[in-house]
Amino acid sequence: MTCCIPGEEELAEAAAHGTEANDAALLTLSRRLSDGTRQLEFAIPDAHCAACIRSIETALEALPQVEMARVNLSKRRVRVVFDPARGAPSELAPAIGASGYHTYALDPAEDKDGDPVLRELVKALAVAGFAAGNIMLFSVSVWAGANEATRDLFHWISALIALPAIAYSGRVFFRSAWRAMRVGRTNMDVPISIGVTLATALSLFETLNSGQHAYFDASVTLLFFLLIGRTLDHLMRERARSAITNLARLAPRGATRITQEGGRDYVALDEIEPGMLLELRAGDRVPVDAVVESEGASFDYAIVSGETAPVALPAGGAVVAGANTLSGPLLVRATKPAADSFLSRMIALMEAAEGARTKQRRIADRAAAVYAPIVHTIAIGTFLGWGVFTGNWHMALLNAVAVLIITCPCALALAVPIVHVVAAGRLFERGILMKDGAALERAAEVDRVAFDKTGTLTLGHPRVTNLAQVPLEARLIAASLARVSGHPLSRALGEALPDGVPFAGVVSEFRGKGIAAERGDDVFRLGSADFVGKTDAGSSAQSEVWLSRNGLALAVFRFEDEIRPDAVTSIAELKTMGLPLRLLSGDRPEPVRHVAEAVGILDARARLLPENKLELVGEGRTMMVGDGINDAPALRAAHVSMAPASAADIGRAAADFVFTGERLSAVPFVIDTARRAARIVNQNLVIAIGYNAIAVPLAVMGHVTPLIAAIAMSSSSIIVVANAMRLRFGGGEAVLRRPDRTLREAHA
Amino acid sequence: MSGLILLIPIAIGMGLVALAAFLWALRTGQYEDLEGASYRILDDED
Repeated sequence: MTCCIPGEEELAEAAAHGTEANDAALLTLSRRLSDGTRQLEFAIPDAHCAACIRSIETALEALPQVEMARVNLSKRRVRVVFDPARGAPSELAPAIGASGYHTYALDPAEDKDGDPVLRELVKALAVAGFAAGNIMLFSVSVWAGANEATRDLFHWISALIALPAIAYSGRVFFRSAWRAMRVGRTNMDVPISIGVTLATALSLFETLNSGQHAYFDASVTLLFFLLIGRTLDHLMRERARSAITNLARLAPRGATRITQEGGRDYVALDEIEPGMLLELRAGDRVPVDAVVESEGASFDYAIVSGETAPVALPAGGAVVAGANTLSGPLLVRATKPAADSFLSRMIALMEAAEGARTKQRRIADRAAAVYAPIVHTIAIGTFLGWGVFTGNWHMALLNAVAVLIITCPCALALAVPIVHVVAAGRLFERGILMKDGAALERAAEVDRVAFDKTGTLTLGHPRVTNLAQVPLEARLIAASLARVSGHPLSRALGEALPDGVPFAGVVSEFRGKGIAAERGDDVFRLGSADFVGKTDAGSSAQSEVWLSRNGLALAVFRFEDEIRPDAVTSIAELKTMGLPLRLLSGDRPEPVRHVAEAVGILDARARLLPENKLELVGEGRTMMVGDGINDAPALRAAHVSMAPASAADIGRAAADFVFTGERLSAVPFVIDTARRAARIVNQNLVIAIGYNAIAVPLAVMGHVTPLIAAIAMSSSSIIVVANAMRLRFGGGEAVLRRPDRTLREAHA
Repeated sequence: MSGLILLIPIAIGMGLVALAAFLWALRTGQYEDLEGASYRILDDED
């Protein structure tokens, strides 16, 4: 496989075709800085070493318009600040390309500057860590037996550190708890906030009255532990998100318009109005629904409908937004604004499908809904019990707070996210990106799997199937001729016959039809049956390319969409997991049946509209695996969904998991990992509850001092984290290679 | 006791300096590209 990131080809193609439209497109993508310069970000998926940084930065800084170029190797991006007055932005990508790296511009809308949430979490973590460390110094002294005056001094200093730290670091939890309480729900943050606040308030009271026990260390350490879990969880999602943004190709943000005076200008996507005449080059995606104005236009619908064969449209034929232009340049006239085009209709369908899924509540929140009322009842019971039976209400309050602290769900709040973080890491090593932990919980419940055909079970690009039956001479001629054209079938032919030499003769290409060539007295034609003059070819399920000499057919090359290399074994594996399988395709019945038989899926449906797919995945708890624009609503509606990295942007955005590389074994791997993760989550919940079963009676009886609380809390957290780590080992092949390599291979 | 009066402010002060240094590093983007930074050290040409 030579390519799977379409963006780079587009840019290369744009560079070859004159760059005015491209400049305008890049300028709309760039961000204006205060001093009149502009900033663009490019993805560089295969940069990986010190020399890469240097060569990319040097190549860019050699251009007159570039003021600053800075590579970020963690994100695999380069940020370029340039002055549009001194040179065109379209020279930037070729400069990076010339230094040997694939690149394409990133859409800044998908990547806001920095990550404010992460910054807040890390700052809160730093403050809590500082406070926990320092307060622990004083607490240890108190436990070691610091007496009267010294103990009071230490409590005062602890309070001085703890109060601002809790106010600052605790905001994360207080805010989320407040939001949940306001709408009458509870989440894990509610008992955390109540526990921390009450423990701090009581400790302050004790300090004021020279009391013996203060729980400042417990409150701050609790926040510190919980923030670690929260930050890890956020980092995991952020890493997946940034990797997915890097995959995003430059979506059509606009198009070249032919004005009434015959000039050209660039219009942004949402300014396109019905009736505008637009020019598309080969490789461009159709921006809005339109009718074709030129002759001999052909489009690739693979990502739109799953249709494998290229679609030729006569002048006046209607084409939908999202289709890929194969022949070009050509003219189309917009029939609908972007907001009513095919792509937008799919987005509307997706949003409608969203509702069903948000009803699913995360396991941690469900646990909290049961846990919080029980804990708070026990705490109140302790308070009343001690007060009524001993008459010592101060003692009663002290013990009730001890119950709250000991039950503050440190282990419970870590039990779930830590498993998800470890699972995400394991998936990442296999080149699978998980968008969030809730998806993993849903993947464990899957009871059936539905596949799309084109681009999912197959690789989505054609390959020659009958090469062995073609005579050698015809093969050599075809190899030479196929080099000329950028048509997908020619490219597939060129890939199959890599040793073609330049044709010694006059060659001319007829866009969308074929290639004609003359050598001596001979006229060769390579192309469709019509083009070579073969009228009795008959209809075939497969795409064909004919080669003729002087009007006589020499050979026919048959093409077929190639099935993913491990599709058969992956399907078999899913069957042994007891999951019924289904093939849902928008393509014609014959190719669908052909692929279904080849991989071993019995239940295959063809000619499905996006709405039909949506309906079919709504049955049971379906995992949908698909890549096309037409799959996007189904991906969103399904219980859980996966898409290959080569999918349409909208498909990738809709899916819960994105897998890179060609291997379909990612599907059983995700389900297996999810099931194992669910088991470990349950174990962790049992451990956390078991810990409470032991610790709570002690607290109720009044045996929990700050020292015991600190030990119990830390040890239960450590046990839960250690149990989560087990997910890294065993269970299927543990592929321990560098994650970026897997991702890079997908790009190469 | 007199020792404590001296040592406690020193200990907390050092902790605060470290905290401030960390927040400064965070704000100036020192943690933006940890992987790249480890490679840039090998680049001796500028």
